[in-house]
Amino acid sequence: MAEQKTSMLLHLHRRPWFWAFAASALAFAATYALTAGSGSGELLAATLTFATFSAIVGIGQMFVITMGPGNVDLSIPATMTLAGTLSLKFMDGATTLILPGLGLALLVGLAAGLFNYALIRLLRIPPIIATLSASFLYQSLAIWWNRGLRIKPPEALSDFTTGSVLGLPNLTIIGILIAVASWVLLERSLFGRWISAVGQNTRAARLSGVPVETVKALTFTGSAVLASLTGYLLASFSGGAALNMGTEYLLISIAVVVIGGSSIAGGNSNVPGIWGGALLMFLVVSMLNSYGLGAGVRLILTGTIIIAIVAAASGRKDCA
Amino acid sequence: MSGRYRILLPILSLAVLLAAVFYLQPRAMSYFGLNLLFNLAVPIALATIAQMMIIMVNDIDLSIGTFVSFVACVTATFLNETPLLGAGILLLSIMVYAAMGALIHIRQLPAIVVTLGMSFVWAGLAVLLLPSPGGASPGWIRTLMTVKPPFVPMAVVACILIAAVTHLLIMRSATGTLLRAVGGNTQAVLRAGWSVTKLKAGAYALAGLFGVLAGMCLVGLTTSADANIALRYTLLSIAGVILGGGEFVGGRISPVGAVIGALTLSLAGSFLSFMRLSPDWQIGAQGAILILVLAVRLVFARNGNRWKEAKNG
Repeated sequence: MAEQKTSMLLHLHRRPWFWAFAASALAFAATYALTAGSGSGELLAATLTFATFSAIVGIGQMFVITMGPGNVDLSIPATMTLAGTLSLKFMDGATTLILPGLGLALLVGLAAGLFNYALIRLLRIPPIIATLSASFLYQSLAIWWNRGLRIKPPEALSDFTTGSVLGLPNLTIIGILIAVASWVLLERSLFGRWISAVGQNTRAARLSGVPVETVKALTFTGSAVLASLTGYLLASFSGGAALNMGTEYLLISIAVVVIGGSSIAGGNSNVPGIWGGALLMFLVVSMLNSYGLGAGVRLILTGTIIIAIVAAASGRKDCA
Repeated sequence: MSGRYRILLPILSLAVLLAAVFYLQPRAMSYFGLNLLFNLAVPIALATIAQMMIIMVNDIDLSIGTFVSFVACVTATFLNETPLLGAGILLLSIMVYAAMGALIHIRQLPAIVVTLGMSFVWAGLAVLLLPSPGGASPGWIRTLMTVKPPFVPMAVVACILIAAVTHLLIMRSATGTLLRAVGGNTQAVLRAGWSVTKLKAGAYALAGLFGVLAGMCLVGLTTSADANIALRYTLLSIAGVILGGGEFVGGRISPVGAVIGALTLSLAGSFLSFMRLSPDWQIGAQGAILILVLAVRLVFARNGNRWKEAKNG
């Protein structure tokens, strides 16, 4: 038993998600050391909360990327914005409408996902271009609907999204639940095997009877629904929807997938890494912030760190 | 899709859009009007060519928008005040692009992520250079961009020139064929004894070069710069390449098509404002036009196949 445990520990670094968590711990320690321990509780809470948003959209993106080269969902930011603005305007601050509002947001995601897939299927265009063109439409729809108004979320909802249980932010609990469900879906269900099979060799998967088109449709829909949920939560958390609220999540959603050790070529993904990558992304930014660096230097270092991690992570495969 | 057919649809979509613009606004059918319509298309066309170089080798560049912004900031500051230093920085940035291409190939990294990371770096550098909008265009670039050749406006001349030069470079020269072959069949190029690393670095360097030209042109037109000046170029350039008949894999691209694609996209913007469409819907309508063109392309491709099948019996 003990032997097994040590061998597990020894092999821990072989796990694809190990490096993301190790780097996150390092970034946390660096920030912790700088602030001499003061406010580390707040830092942890903020990290967990903001990482949740990245993790949820990242999981959706991960499923899409798993399906192989060319499969990327670029409509995530626009879907987030559309779901956030529509649901907040619909609720209009009324507590009784919280659940119908959530329903509306998810419905927006469902519609967006189906539309994305319809474009890919009917026009036979690469998903990158399909989701890109569709995102222009969603963005316009959000602008038209919103007209720059900032409607506050219902108080109960805003309390829920900023609250926490036993030191764990409510949002993080939701994020972890989604991650666990996704892990089961990817690693333990037939559907997960199908997605990986499509990513490894679409032709072989089709010949062996995998319903490739259904898998694609469900994956793109799932990504859009997760994006719309994130939009709803983010808008409620930050006290209102904004038209640019999704912008940074395009980069983040792809970055967390790769940093987390999933293969960008598809067919080989892992869920824990998404959380590792999400934590790391926020911690890097807050670490650079606490060192008092300007926006410019912060951006340069963030970019350099992403490239360095990816370069290091891809080298690992050669050794193994 | 045959090469000849590939260029037909972009030309057709541009012609239809141009006719619609002239119908809505007959006064645009003049030297001055055309210049106004296509002025801002020149830097977009250059950025689209840059993107095309990357798509040619089966990669995608998500940093071109921030790179053009960075170049614009350098042009409006260093190149204006200390031209030698400015030119040095721009040369260095092209070398960074080449290094990026080499790194992506040697370590087999996903281009999407590396260019995504680089987009942070370029954005950071741009913010350091120009924290707030400002700077000034070097006189000679301004003169070049506002020159008034007889009969045909500068914007049109520039676009034809860009298309001709890149067509010769990519479609007619030996180097161009080799570069396209990297996208078509990397293994074959490798077995034939070429260094794919060098070729990829070359393709990326070309992308960097055209990115630099795009940034300089942009400053020549706007006369000042800011760190976010060209962010939307990333998406516009990808859309332009695809509109122009390019494909994401296989080195199947068309430089002339890419320039026409860029013109179509920037014309779409003018068309929508002539339509008195609410600004809310401008972005959405551009997306709709993109979808429409791709739908037409599908119909064309299907008919083409049917015709080919009929011919072959």
